[in-house]
Amino acid sequence: MAKLLRTAVLLLVTFAGIAAAQAIDPLPFRDHAEELRFQHLTSELRCLVCQDENLADSNADFARDLRHKVFELMQQGKNDAQIKQYLVDRYSDFVLYDPPVNHRTWLLWFGPLLILIAGALVVANTIRKRSRSGAPAAAAPTENGDDW
Amino acid sequence: MSRLLPFFAFMLLAALLGFGIWWNSAHDPTAVPSPLINKPAPDFALPMLDTPAKTVSKQSLLGKPYLVNVFASWCFACGEEHPVLMAESKDLGVPLIGYDYKDDPQDAKAWLAQHGNPYDMVIADTSGHTAIDFGVYGAPETFLIDGKGVIRYKRIGPLTPEVIAQQLKPAIEALQKEAP
Repeated sequence: MAKLLRTAVLLLVTFAGIAAAQAIDPLPFRDHAEELRFQHLTSELRCLVCQDENLADSNADFARDLRHKVFELMQQGKNDAQIKQYLVDRYSDFVLYDPPVNHRTWLLWFGPLLILIAGALVVANTIRKRSRSGAPAAAAPTENGDDW
Repeated sequence: MSRLLPFFAFMLLAALLGFGIWWNSAHDPTAVPSPLINKPAPDFALPMLDTPAKTVSKQSLLGKPYLVNVFASWCFACGEEHPVLMAESKDLGVPLIGYDYKDDPQDAKAWLAQHGNPYDMVIADTSGHTAIDFGVYGAPETFLIDGKGVIRYKRIGPLTPEVIAQQLKPAIEALQKEAP
């Protein structure tokens, strides 16, 4: 009997939790797949008010508005790319968490590679110089002795 | 020469850091540049705050330039901006339209009654749906729209006397010059 009661309480608590989670943002999804698609899409979009949060996680009133807009566009049969474009047209690339490769983000995407190549060139140059002079790398003599 | 290299590298990094600090103090890093500048304003039709039976649309405003100032009674920065609008709205040379954003109409009316009404007309977007088309993500924001219905300038954040003198007025004057 006690066991039954405990199970009942556990079930109650579980369902109360689910109900509370849905009460934050009750959206009438058709099925679970649609809900997953919605969660995935909103997690890739930035909340513009609280810019370190995505739309899926943000509690901001504005984020809720945009979530509803995304849901509405999904109901109209728009695909993910169209929905993202809809928001980019209004809020610029900034709304995307994953910045697209274009002329404005070229440095962002390939800058680290450039720095890596520059570093590799410096290292290669140093190694070549030292192997030519025949001095061991660790005990390279200074030119005139005035270290700073 | 080669032993000065680390020093130069350090100076370069320090300069980069200095530039970053300067850039972020001169610009609001959270401001999202609007992709709608020099694009047609979205179609809208919104009720007037005072007479909700009357609707104002983009079409009904075509013909001459106007300003749209997004505000709300709940918005703290709008309270800072308000005295500036009260002082300067009549000198702008274009109508100033208040855009009441996600607000209870009663609250907005009370707010305007208390602080004064600098607007030539106030439209209400209670749900905030139209604001998404305008790329609004907060208040206050201000749009300058020309006679053809094209957005020519946008200010994110409160208008200050400096912003009005240095950015808004020149933009309005440029519009008035190109009008025949």
